Amino acid sequence: MIRTPLRPLARILTARANGENPDVIERENLRQRHAEMQAASRQRAEGRLLVLGVFFLVAFTAIAVRMGALATSEAVEPVASTAGGSGIAMQRADIVDRKGRILATNFETHSLYAQPPQMVDPEGAVERLVEIFPDLDRDRLLEDFTGKRKFVWIKKKISPEQKQAVHDIGDPGLLFGPREMRLYPNGSLAAHVMGGAGFGKEGVTAAEVIGVAGVEKQFDDYLRDPANGGRPLQLSLDLTVQAASEQVLLGGMKLMNAKGATSVLMDVYTGEVISVVSLPDFDPNDRPRPPTSGFDPSVSPLFNRAVQGVYELGSTFKIFTAAQAVDLGLVNSETIIDTSGPMRIGRFPIGEFNNKNYGKLSVADIIVNSSNRGTGRLALQIGAERQQQFLRALGMFDPTPIEIVEASGGQPLKPKKWGELSTVTISYGHGLSTSPMHLAAGYAAIANGGRYVSPTILRQTGPQLGDRVMSEDAAAQARAMLRKVVTSGTASFGEVPGYQVGGKTGTADKPKPRGGYYESKVIATFAAMFPAHDPKYVLIVTLDEPSVIAHGEERRTAGWTAVPVAGEMIGRIAPLLGLRPQVEPDQITGITLTSN
Amino acid sequence: MTEMVYGALPVQSGEPILPKWWRTLDKWTMSSILMLFVIGLLLGLAASVPLAERNGFGNFHYVQRQMVFGLTALAAMIITSMMSPTLVRRLAVVGFICAFVALALLPVFGTDFGKGAVRWYSLGFASLQPSEFLKPGFIVVAAWMIAASQQINGPPGTLMSFGLCMTVVLMLVMQPDFGQACLVLFGWGVMYFVAGAPMLLLVAMAVVVVLGGILAYNSSEHFARRIDGFLNPEIDPTTQMGYATNAIREGGLFGVGVGEGQVKWSLPDAHTDFIIAVAAEEYGLVLVVILILLYATVVARSLFRLMRERDTFIRLAGTGLVCTFGVQAMINMGVAVRLLPAKGMTLPFVSYGGSSLIAGGIAVGMLLAFSRSRPQGEIADYLNGRGRG
Repeated sequence: MIRTPLRPLARILTARANGENPDVIERENLRQRHAEMQAASRQRAEGRLLVLGVFFLVAFTAIAVRMGALATSEAVEPVASTAGGSGIAMQRADIVDRKGRILATNFETHSLYAQPPQMVDPEGAVERLVEIFPDLDRDRLLEDFTGKRKFVWIKKKISPEQKQAVHDIGDPGLLFGPREMRLYPNGSLAAHVMGGAGFGKEGVTAAEVIGVAGVEKQFDDYLRDPANGGRPLQLSLDLTVQAASEQVLLGGMKLMNAKGATSVLMDVYTGEVISVVSLPDFDPNDRPRPPTSGFDPSVSPLFNRAVQGVYELGSTFKIFTAAQAVDLGLVNSETIIDTSGPMRIGRFPIGEFNNKNYGKLSVADIIVNSSNRGTGRLALQIGAERQQQFLRALGMFDPTPIEIVEASGGQPLKPKKWGELSTVTISYGHGLSTSPMHLAAGYAAIANGGRYVSPTILRQTGPQLGDRVMSEDAAAQARAMLRKVVTSGTASFGEVPGYQVGGKTGTADKPKPRGGYYESKVIATFAAMFPAHDPKYVLIVTLDEPSVIAHGEERRTAGWTAVPVAGEMIGRIAPLLGLRPQVEPDQITGITLTSN
Repeated sequence: MTEMVYGALPVQSGEPILPKWWRTLDKWTMSSILMLFVIGLLLGLAASVPLAERNGFGNFHYVQRQMVFGLTALAAMIITSMMSPTLVRRLAVVGFICAFVALALLPVFGTDFGKGAVRWYSLGFASLQPSEFLKPGFIVVAAWMIAASQQINGPPGTLMSFGLCMTVVLMLVMQPDFGQACLVLFGWGVMYFVAGAPMLLLVAMAVVVVLGGILAYNSSEHFARRIDGFLNPEIDPTTQMGYATNAIREGGLFGVGVGEGQVKWSLPDAHTDFIIAVAAEEYGLVLVVILILLYATVVARSLFRLMRERDTFIRLAGTGLVCTFGVQAMINMGVAVRLLPAKGMTLPFVSYGGSSLIAGGIAVGMLLAFSRSRPQGEIADYLNGRGRG
């Protein structure tokens, strides 16, 4: 293509020569060039506009076709996708007691939520909702319903009656989502063992149930594992025994004006915990919120006193000292020990309860009379080293291995420096804080003939005896001493006809949070085993700050408080455990048998 | 002879304005727009009742308002369409500057009506959305700049228009109003494309868009959720999309009947973004197809007429206007049938909304002004041997 210059020199010169304006030529050429460019660009634009036109026609056709396909399709039942991509696994396994009775199961229920944009009458709905659920905050709800929110959770779990009532409001903006809810049909029974469950990942159509405490949390993975095929988790608890224990303990706690109470019943051969109670308790179906800070967590109903709480359990520890002394061959139960005072360890005097002075006592009588100086003397013979070894073998230095998530919090408190003084005080149960579950394991070792058993909440198939911690003979002598405490010692109220209870009382002053001890606040404990001649079970009953008026004076010692409660409990639960009452020989001494 | 003696008679230079207007007008586009407006009113009778009830007005409060806005819009459209392209350009530049200033002042004087994005001026009886008016103005100004750059020794107009486009997009994103920002960007892109963008650049831009989309998907949870919801073949029936799909199904071919539809009660945006669902439910596929045909007619007719247009500015401006119009309709309907991910966008002339209606009237008026038939020098081409090839 020949390109015409805008100012062709020949024409310009000619124009100038003729006196014409040469710019006219330039303008003319410019106009021509623009016309050419326009024609060229129009050609190109034509093609591109065609592309655009085709694009729009195709797009509109696609929309029309799609619209037609939609309009003529049959409506299928809409299936909402589960939120978050990965589905929520349902079917948490049940929890059952040792005889297969349901402790925790699942229950179909509904959650209630609202979609305020769809609500017909938000104000009316709020009024009716507040009537059905009095705990809802009216103003807050009204604000949520009339504000910008598109989605409001109202209740995570509602009962069928509540669902019907909400249904009757008839507002289309109130919607229900199916929920699998954890149900504890026995209410607060074994609440601390169960712990409770809550919702994890949550969608409108489903929610994940996860354990938040107790065995629900401890065995969360097992309970949720689909590979188990819904096999229930069998616990060692016995529902009926648990119920009886709770009933008796609650009554006893009220009668003794205690602010808390706990009991542990343990099989001495298998370590199975048959019942474990901690009062006050709660309903795991409606687990309360944990206490806020600034509030002592150990008085919360959520606190499991049996495994989490560590207390100085007092004279109940004396039997360990005596048993060890016998085991080491230092003494036997008839050995006479001088318990007369005064006795000082450094500057610290060792006194007896009510400043008594027992004089010379046999080892058995030291236990029966609960002599601090007597056990202190025994402990001094044993020595700190061996005492620690023995207590460690009984599991007193570590949290109990029981499979309740809170148990790991029950770390015993022992003195930093275990000197002579500690040796003496710990021999009668002061200076070492353990949980009642620790004590149960220790007594189980005495009861089963000297083997450590590790407490467990799971059903066991046979005896689970661990390391030997003392000789059979030492254990037998200790059992005889414990029996004597009940027949003629501080625990005489613990005698249950036919069940030969043996045990040891312990009354420990409560430590103040800032050091020192309260004058009139005690932890009263009775550690028992029955039947004493061949113990099957160990029972620990502990009352927190009991106080009872008997014979005209206020009494706080375990013999007056924990022991009668434990006696009542044994009377109730021993038949449930299938123990046959033993008719004791001395009950029939009135009859003289003659022969021939 | 008289003329030789007394000079030329004072005759008009051309034929009278109205007949000329009517003769050169693209009557198909104009009729389509009028029909769209009428259908919009008809649908408004159904779709805006729940809103009026919610806000405590009379049943047809919003229809009356729409009528008033609509008549204003039609007047604006007709007046604009009578103007010459040069006049349109001049007025559009002035209008663009005004709208631009108004947009810039939004953060100071604007209100968000509790919707989280400051897009409106409250005038008491009505609200004004400057971005709606900015759009046609911007298109014309950008077209002018691009056209100027194609002159010999012209300014670097393409670059300038791109800078302007980015400024406007940035301001809209700040509001935030991604929908309008996308429309502005799209309008500029279409004009650049028609003005002869190099193919390599177009391919590169496509790559950038894809990469940007992936980046946005990975970095923005909000965006990712929308895309996931779009890609998921199952629809949650409690979402807007679910309601719209159901409504279209319910409507079938001929609809459930006038006023019998239910979707308008559940969809908060039934009178704007999802009015097509109301149309589909009450009047069936028939009306939807008619609507689509009307939009397609406007777009196809205008593009066809612009193909013959010789003036670069007119072609570009017309293309930009009609394409933003068409793509807005396309996105709105595409969302309702789940061909596109959810994005709030009004259906031009059908959805309720004063600003969008009047601005739409002005835009279509400009389009009509640009697409009027005028001599294109075909005979000269023929004589010069440059016949249309």
